[in-house]
Amino acid sequence: MMDLASIVGKEAPPKGHKILFKEFFSEKVVCMRVEAAMIAKERKPGQFIIVQTDVEYGERIPLTIADADVEEGSITIVFQIMGKSTEELSHFEVGDYIPVITGPLGHPTHIENFGRVVAVGGGIGLAPLYPIVQGLKKAGNHVTVIAGARNKDLLIFEDKMKAIADEYVIVTDDGSYGRKALVTEPLKEFCEQDPKPDMVIAIGPPIMMKFCAATTKPYGVYTLVSLNTIMIDGTGMCGCCRVTVDGKIKFVCVDGPEFDAHLVDFDNMSKRLASFREQETEANNHTCRFRAALKEMEEAQA
Amino acid sequence: MPRFHEDPQILNAKAVEIVKDLVAKEKVTPKDRMAIPVQKPAVLDPLQRSRWQEEVEKTFTPAQAVAEANRCLQCKNTPCVKGCPVNINIPGFLNLAAQGKFAEAVAVIKESSLLPAICGRVCPQERQCQENCTVGKSKKDVAQAVSIGKVERFLADWDAANNNGAMEIKPESGHKVAVIGSGPAGLVVAADCRREGHEVHVFEALHKLGGVLRYGIPEFRLPKSVVDSQINALQAMGVHFHTNYVVGRTRQLADMLKEDGFEAAFIGVGAGLPIFMGIPGEDLVGVCTANEYLTRANLMGCIYPGKNDTPMYRSKKVVVLGGGNVAMDSCRMAKRLGAEEVTVLYRRSRSEMPARREEVQHAFEEGIRFCFLQNACAVNGDEKGHVKSVTVQKYELGEPDASGRRRPVAIEGDTYELECDTVLIAIGNSSNPLLTSSTEGLEVNKKGNVIVDEATGKTSLDNVYAGGDIVLGAATVILAMGEGRRAARSINELLANK
Repeated sequence: MMDLASIVGKEAPPKGHKILFKEFFSEKVVCMRVEAAMIAKERKPGQFIIVQTDVEYGERIPLTIADADVEEGSITIVFQIMGKSTEELSHFEVGDYIPVITGPLGHPTHIENFGRVVAVGGGIGLAPLYPIVQGLKKAGNHVTVIAGARNKDLLIFEDKMKAIADEYVIVTDDGSYGRKALVTEPLKEFCEQDPKPDMVIAIGPPIMMKFCAATTKPYGVYTLVSLNTIMIDGTGMCGCCRVTVDGKIKFVCVDGPEFDAHLVDFDNMSKRLASFREQETEANNHTCRFRAALKEMEEAQA
Repeated sequence: MPRFHEDPQILNAKAVEIVKDLVAKEKVTPKDRMAIPVQKPAVLDPLQRSRWQEEVEKTFTPAQAVAEANRCLQCKNTPCVKGCPVNINIPGFLNLAAQGKFAEAVAVIKESSLLPAICGRVCPQERQCQENCTVGKSKKDVAQAVSIGKVERFLADWDAANNNGAMEIKPESGHKVAVIGSGPAGLVVAADCRREGHEVHVFEALHKLGGVLRYGIPEFRLPKSVVDSQINALQAMGVHFHTNYVVGRTRQLADMLKEDGFEAAFIGVGAGLPIFMGIPGEDLVGVCTANEYLTRANLMGCIYPGKNDTPMYRSKKVVVLGGGNVAMDSCRMAKRLGAEEVTVLYRRSRSEMPARREEVQHAFEEGIRFCFLQNACAVNGDEKGHVKSVTVQKYELGEPDASGRRRPVAIEGDTYELECDTVLIAIGNSSNPLLTSSTEGLEVNKKGNVIVDEATGKTSLDNVYAGGDIVLGAATVILAMGEGRRAARSINELLANK
C-alpha cells in the first residue's frame, strides 16, 4: 500500500526562477534579472548557466551571467534573440518563472593583477565581459574597454562599463556612435603602444574573436576568448561543444569556456556552430509564422 | 497496430499447455524440467519496430513466467547466484515463481536487488547468472539456460502493476544523507538509506531524473515509464529530489556537509566523459559521440518529432564505431530516426562484442549492417567541413590481450572508403572530473576514478562514499547497483552509531 500521507505531504514542485526585471536593450537583445540565489552566491566572472523554457521539450540554452546580486539572490542575463528558444525566452515577462536554470558552469576567469588589460566586447559579448572587467579592476589592473556594436542602438552596458573602466572606447560598424571602425582597429593601436597590453580578453561573435586573435598575435600579447558553442548538458557528458585548441579536443563546458585565443581553431568552430543551420532556419520560420498568425488573430478579435 | 515476430497469443497458449501438464503431474522430475522449451517473449516485428520507439521485447505472460521458472533444476551449488553481481537468491525466487507465488518471489529478489524491472531488462544475463546455469551447460548452449532475467522482469512488472512497490520505512532517524547523481547507483542508495528512516536528498545535474537510464538507454530497450515508476516509488517513500543541481558548481560538497546539515554523502555521478578515437577528422560536422546522439534523442525529446526544440542530425548514412551496448543503442536509434543505411564498425569479431547478445541480435534483425574486424582510421570531410566518408582499416585477430580477448591487429594497407554523413563514436566513457576536481581531498586514481575502500565504499573524505561508474569506470547497471548497496550499508552503519 502506498502511504497516502507522504503523497499529500509532498512539496509542490518548484516553479522555477522568477523574473524580477526585464528590458529590451534593442529589438533583439533582452536583459533579465532572475531569482537564482545559489547561483548568485557561487558564480564567478566568466561562468555561464543553462536555461530551458520548458522542462519536457525545451532546448538547453547556454547563456552567460552578466551580473549577480547576492543579497537579492538574483542574477542578470543578457541574450540575443537568435532562434526559436531565445525567441520563446524573450516572451517571458516579469513575474513569470523560467523553469530551468542550471549553473554556474565552466571554469571562472583566471583573475590576478596582470597590469594593463584590454577588454574587447562585441555586441552582447559586453554583458559577460562586465563581471570580468569588475574582477580585473578589483585585482588592481588597469583596464581599457573597447566596446563594439553594429550601430548605436545595439550598444549595451555603456554606463556600467564607463563607471568601472579606466579607458572606454566605443566603435560602431556604421559610425552612428563613437568611432566608425571594427574593434580590431583600436585593439591594434593599443598593441602598438609602449608599453603594450599585458593581456587582452575578447568576447563577442566568433568572427570578432578570430580577428582579435589575429590582431594580437604578431605582438605576442596573451589573448583570452570566451567561447559559446552548441551545448547540451554543459557538464562534459556529451562532447557536442568541443573545439580544437592547440590541435587537441577541448570541451567548452568543462575545459573552458575561456581559451588562449592564439591556439583556438576558429574556422572549425564556426563550421561546427552551423551544424544545425537548416533545422534552426526551419524552426525560426515556423515560430515566426506562428506568431504572425497569432497576432493576426488577436487583431481580428480586437 | 503492432505486429509481432510470433503471435503472442500462440506463444502464451503454448505456455498454458506446459503449465497444465506440470500441474497434472504428481511430481515434476528434472527430466520433465529439462524437456520444457525455452519460453520466448513476444517481440515486435523487426521491420515495423525499426521505425518505432516502442519497447521491442514484451514481458512474459504469467503462464510463460511459470513455465520458464519451472525449467530451473534448483541446483544445490547455485552456480547462477555466483554469477550475479549482487547475489540474488535466484533458485529461491524461481522456485516461488514456478508455483505462481509471485508476491513471495518478488520479496526474495528485493532482499538483494532494488531495481529488478530495470536489471531484468538491461543486465547482460548471458555473461552473468545465465552463463553458469546448469540447464544451459548441459544443453551446451547459453541460449538454452533458464531465462532468469526475463522471469525477474516479469515479477518486477507484475509487482508494479499490482501496486506492491512501496517499501517499509523505519521511523524518522533525524539524520540527513545527500546522494549525488540520480542514476542506478544513486537511486539504490536513496532507497536503502530512506528505509532506515534517514532524510534523503538526491541531487541531479540534469533537468530530468534517472541518469543514464534517462539520457542513455533508449525507450525501445527500457521504457521511461519503468524508470518513472521507480522514481515515483522513491518519492512516495519520502525521498527528496533536486534537479538542475550541479554539485561541485551550484554548491560545493564541502559546504553541503558543513553548512547544509548532511551527515553523509554518496557520490554516484557516473562515467560521463566521452572518449574520442584520436583519428583525423573527428572535428568535422556530423561526427558526434553516442552520448550526444542518445542524449538528443532520449533526454531532449528528439524521438518525438515536432515537439522537440533541440535539433537532431538528419542522417541518411550512419557509421557507428564500437561494439558495446551504447553502440547498439546508437545504431538502432539512428535507424529509428530515419537513417537509410546504418553500419557498425567493430575492430574485433562478433563473439568479442561486449554488447548484450540480445541487443546484437535485435540490431541484426532490424537491418543494421555489421562490419567486424574493421575500424575507422580517419574521417573525411567535404569543403564545407561536413563528413562525407570514413576510411576503414581492416584487422585480424592476434594473441589474447590483458582483457583475455584476442587483440585485433591491423592488416597493413587493407583499407577502403565508406561513404556516410554521420559518424557516431561509441567506444566508451572515462570519468567526469567536474565533481572530483572541485572537491578538495577527494582522491582519484590516474584514470580519474574515485578511490574507495573495497569493503565499505568509503572515499578519502570522511562521511563521503562513492560507487558506480565513477568508481568502476564505465560498467553495468547491476554493478553500479551493487556498489550503491555496499555504500548504503556503510552509511547506515555510520549513522546508526551517531
